[in-house]
Amino acid sequence: MYEHMVKSRYYEDQMVEVYTEGKTPVFNIGAGPVPGEMHLSTGQEPAAAGICVHLTKDDTVTAPHRPHHHAIAKGVDLKKMTAEIFGKETGLGKGKGGHMHLFDPDAKFSCGGIVAAGIPHAAGAALASKMQGRDWVAVAFIGEGAANAGAFHESLNLAALWNLPLIVVVEDNSYGISVPKASSTAVASNDLRAAAYGIAGAYVKDNDPIAMYRASEEAVARARSGQGPTIIEIETHRYLGHFQGDPELYRDKAEVPGLRQLDPILKLRKMLVEAEGVTEKEIEKIEKQAKQEVDEAYQFARDSSYPEPESALKDVFTS
Amino acid sequence: METAKKRILTGNKAMAEAIALEMERDPNVFVLGEDIGNYGGIFGSTQGLIEKYGSQRVLDTPISETAFIGAAIGAAAEGMRPIAELMFVDFFGVCMDQIYNHMAKIPYMSGGNVRLPMVLMTAVGGGYNDAAQHSQTLYATFGHMPGMKVVAPSTPYDLKGMMISAIRDDNPVLFMFHKSLQGLGWMEQLEASAEHVPEEAYTVPLDKAKIVREGTDVTIVGVQMMTHYAVEAAERLAKEGIEAEVIDLRSIAPIDKDTIIQSVKKTHRLFVVDEDYKSYGMTAEVTAIVAEEVFYDLEAPPRRLANPDVPVPYSRPLEDFVIPSAEKIYEQVKELVNEG
Repeated sequence: MYEHMVKSRYYEDQMVEVYTEGKTPVFNIGAGPVPGEMHLSTGQEPAAAGICVHLTKDDTVTAPHRPHHHAIAKGVDLKKMTAEIFGKETGLGKGKGGHMHLFDPDAKFSCGGIVAAGIPHAAGAALASKMQGRDWVAVAFIGEGAANAGAFHESLNLAALWNLPLIVVVEDNSYGISVPKASSTAVASNDLRAAAYGIAGAYVKDNDPIAMYRASEEAVARARSGQGPTIIEIETHRYLGHFQGDPELYRDKAEVPGLRQLDPILKLRKMLVEAEGVTEKEIEKIEKQAKQEVDEAYQFARDSSYPEPESALKDVFTS
Repeated sequence: METAKKRILTGNKAMAEAIALEMERDPNVFVLGEDIGNYGGIFGSTQGLIEKYGSQRVLDTPISETAFIGAAIGAAAEGMRPIAELMFVDFFGVCMDQIYNHMAKIPYMSGGNVRLPMVLMTAVGGGYNDAAQHSQTLYATFGHMPGMKVVAPSTPYDLKGMMISAIRDDNPVLFMFHKSLQGLGWMEQLEASAEHVPEEAYTVPLDKAKIVREGTDVTIVGVQMMTHYAVEAAERLAKEGIEAEVIDLRSIAPIDKDTIIQSVKKTHRLFVVDEDYKSYGMTAEVTAIVAEEVFYDLEAPPRRLANPDVPVPYSRPLEDFVIPSAEKIYEQVKELVNEG
């Protein structure tokens, strides 16, 4: 779990650098090695790491438009993922998807750019698992803003009705782009909405990785043993803007340094050393390994070729 | 001499039989949608399936199109072969995101790494006074957006064969069936809605138009009800010495350019008729293909007949005015042939 979080953080820190390349002094979203919008998840690592550590390769994960921490925690091929974000032919989608549209069937991971739309896909994966007599589960990650979309309610009603092994993880990072949760959501937290479908709900405070680990453990066990869906909401924080380049006029940026002092990675690291007796050397080994893997992924992406322009015409239909 | 009576099936029974055969053949095939279980589908396309395969493979859903079409996508990505019914094509608005942003785009955005072998079937068409929210065809809307095969069969034989092809196809297929051609007990019984259908499984390609009547003087391109009206008009024209070739488009996307072009090369005149809206529609597409490819083969400007860009009205004389008829096709084709 620590490994996933560290890898994700280092990945995002690198992405801030790489994304900025070619976009200064005058910001041009299409310039540089990584064009298009970029939604980073720095600070939100516990949501993904806390549950994915309980998942196997056979379990399915769908993620929204801020998907890197989920992908990393689910074990998506990091090189191909980075190449995809760079728009290279070696990418997961041969450069046709980009950062919001990563599909790795081997890791059973997908994400998408439309808010809440991945929830029914996860419900469908859960349905397939049930129909095939497997104990595989499906996890849909969403932001708190997505919990107000029809797809959320329709899917949870369906999943509850059919008793599907579905877990919806709501990452409450306080803002749906610029709109604070208090202005978008009629209930204090979305786990309370579980009552509306007669399913289990759990709330994780303070971006706490250990509490997320425990709540997830219960939810995964529940789903795997045929006891139906769960909604987990976690209070989390994005340190950066909604997208890179977001002027963040809607929030007091002074709140971020305070949040960083409560950083979940530092917190977990401290706990591992102090309470679990993990040595500094072991921690450093994990960190070094994660950095190396990330560096190699970025290098692979840089070294890869762009696709032939005409390949844009391929893959509309499979034959 | 063949003495055994050939088995006659209505459109909906032919479809249901296709689905049943494929469910028998492949345990990954299942059906989900509203009222597709005990009711057998509002238009009868899933009749008898729940009795044969049970409620675990024939799933009645809540009125939640986003959830169940999305679930079909998720299940297809896991290797299942779902058939989802979106009751009326008019309802696509409540779940369009799942259809065109996900079903149609995920295979492409994944670079072909994710296959979605699913069928989304839906009822289209007017002619029975159900007004603007229950009478559209929307061929062009779906044909316009890449990533889906879009088919619209016109006969029980094709409904069965194209449904089997659609289920076996590894791509998402939007399967449109016309209410009037289902042979429903509560609609006008049309001769075209019942015919001999073989008992065994057979396939009809999803990308080939069909010449349903050969002719030399003019090519009429239509789909579903308009094909049947075109044949009716062609029989009348034949009595006056005009031989019209009638093409049943069957596949909206991909569209079979070759059959259209070859026909126009032979007849030198083009008439396109569509129950959908005229602007930016199928008639425009077919006309543009002919203009681009075989413009100099034409002896007269092409003509188009379609819904005149108004929502489908309720009142009988109003709806009759808006939806093209055999009579209008007859008159306009006659004018076209006489002018060039």
